[in-house]
Amino acid sequence: MSALANEAGLDLAVETRRPRRRRSRRIRETGLAAIMLAPALVVFCVFVFYPFLKNFDLALYRVPPFPNLPSTYIGFEQIGEVLGSQEFLDSVWTTVLFALLTVPTGIFLGIVLANLAHQKLKGVGIYRTIFSSTVATSVAVASVIFGTLMNPQVGLLPWLGIDPHPPILDNPQYALIGVAVATIWQNLGLSFILMSAGLQAIPEELLEAADVDGASAWSKFRNVTVPLLSPTIFFAVVVGSIFAFQTFGQIDLLTQGGPLRKTNVLTYFIYTELREQKNPGKAAVLAIALFAITMVLTLLQLRFLERRVHYAR
Amino acid sequence: MSGIALEGVTKRFGDVVAVDDLSLEIEDREFLVLLGPSGCGKSTALRMIAGLEDPTAGTIRIGDRIVNDVEPKDRDVAMVFQSYALYPHMTVRRNIEFPLRSRHVDKSERDELVADAATSLGLTELLDRKPGQLSGGQRQRVALARAIVRRPLAFLMDEPLSNLDAKLRVQTRAELIELQRELQVTVVYVTHDQVEAMTMAHRIAIMDQGVLQQIDPPQTVYAAPANLFVARFIGNPPMNTIAATVVSGDGELAVELPGCSLSLPPVVAKAVARVDPAAVIVGVRPEHLEIDDAGRVPATVAVIESLGHERHVVCRLEDSTMIIVRQPADMMPPKEGTTVRLAAPPEHLHVFDAETGRRIDGTTA
Repeated sequence: MSALANEAGLDLAVETRRPRRRRSRRIRETGLAAIMLAPALVVFCVFVFYPFLKNFDLALYRVPPFPNLPSTYIGFEQIGEVLGSQEFLDSVWTTVLFALLTVPTGIFLGIVLANLAHQKLKGVGIYRTIFSSTVATSVAVASVIFGTLMNPQVGLLPWLGIDPHPPILDNPQYALIGVAVATIWQNLGLSFILMSAGLQAIPEELLEAADVDGASAWSKFRNVTVPLLSPTIFFAVVVGSIFAFQTFGQIDLLTQGGPLRKTNVLTYFIYTELREQKNPGKAAVLAIALFAITMVLTLLQLRFLERRVHYAR
Repeated sequence: MSGIALEGVTKRFGDVVAVDDLSLEIEDREFLVLLGPSGCGKSTALRMIAGLEDPTAGTIRIGDRIVNDVEPKDRDVAMVFQSYALYPHMTVRRNIEFPLRSRHVDKSERDELVADAATSLGLTELLDRKPGQLSGGQRQRVALARAIVRRPLAFLMDEPLSNLDAKLRVQTRAELIELQRELQVTVVYVTHDQVEAMTMAHRIAIMDQGVLQQIDPPQTVYAAPANLFVARFIGNPPMNTIAATVVSGDGELAVELPGCSLSLPPVVAKAVARVDPAAVIVGVRPEHLEIDDAGRVPATVAVIESLGHERHVVCRLEDSTMIIVRQPADMMPPKEGTTVRLAAPPEHLHVFDAETGRRIDGTTA
């Protein structure tokens, strides 16, 4: 009996001691975490949070186009002005069009190539290397290659008989498509690698089961492969869209936003406002707009597209 | 419904021969178990029947059709995979329905067949769940339902019970036997578990290193193993095997074991005389050995293992060969370390040619 009471008493003592010790340990660990996170926090504050907030501030000032003149506070006037302008709406439309041209095509081609390379064949490794090689090329290289291909004097397309006047990249009708093709090609390597990884994650037995169950190649692809690839496709859509909305290099190298501003995507618009028009206020408004559009688009994708994604358990 | 025949089927993966010249005939409505240790080629053989692997040589027939060049989807067999291979993004209903959709069965008939299959496997409540929400046993039943829903010519099962816990396995085993009787369908069932093979099969085909060792009803495989591999593979604990020499005395043949000699039954003796092997291996099952003072084989008791319902007495012969004797639990156990004598009835002695491993008995040519 006494032993039992003793045991109970001991238990009680432990119970009362434990929370205090746990709390002090938690405080110590939190302190340690704060110290270890501090350097990263400083870097983020200087290079991310401050510029991000400063951008909102900039949007509230009108900066005169000549140096050394004071900028004037004008509140929300400039924001309304820029967002209401035809120039801005055109640029947004161009950007959206560019994303629509590049993202679905890039993913589709990635899936096709990944399926082609997902075979147990001799020498298929060579094709995998070729298909993924554009990952190792820069935007500049892709732009130079396609700039040359579409060049009216030395290019391959005119030689093939595809030779519109004015030449593709100077043609308001085709310039955006030309840039999109270069972009698709450049992104294809990444798309291929993503889709290949996704395909490899699909258990071989599921496809074999579908074989035995009598599914045709197309039905197998549509009913088994694509649904199981959907997390990868979803990821590629979200990340691809963000990339597409931030395209700059190929526009700068191939068309400089022209002809007739037909390739003036938002990032390039921001750049010209800042560097050529020397108008940081307007550039800041555009940057905020780009941020908002990208965020809303991503949220919409997460909200509506993700419903159709099947995460394997 | 129809039989399946393999004729001289060989499968090589590079230099590795997975299945070597396999010939076997599976009768219509037969439950055939392909049994063997892992890597023996049993799964490869099954996958060739399904059409998931192409044989390097030989022909495969399902019914009266040679199917070597027939795609898996056109072979009209159903397969249950070890991992069940359920489509994770489809509900149970869609999973079961998939083979019917693939064959363009119309909706009303499809619903009826799915309902039938679900009822017979107790899945009706689960039709709208996804595989991720099911237990192992339920998933296994969905895989079975997907197989039975379209009444294929044959069922191919690749270790379908090995992912279940022991208790569920015993229960599902019985259910599978019932299902096969009810559907009257040919089943080819791959397993490495001899208990599954013994309890479920009409005939067992035992394979080792790609080669078919024996194909016979379970009782024959147990009572008259065709060679040493089968003798040692079937039975738990396995058959005791003792190296011995053949001696002739008093006009009859006997085998000389460590410490004694045992005379052979006339039929076996005649066969041994005919084959005239250089050396033999004598086999005797643990349950056929008795600890008996009148026994002729001297042995020392090493360890006694009690299993509750029975006891395994592990003994060593004079040449330290290990021998297991199976005793009912109600018998007096010998003391560890003592010397006992073992008796074995001559009709339960199995004799194998030490060189070839083949069984020598009255049927030996």
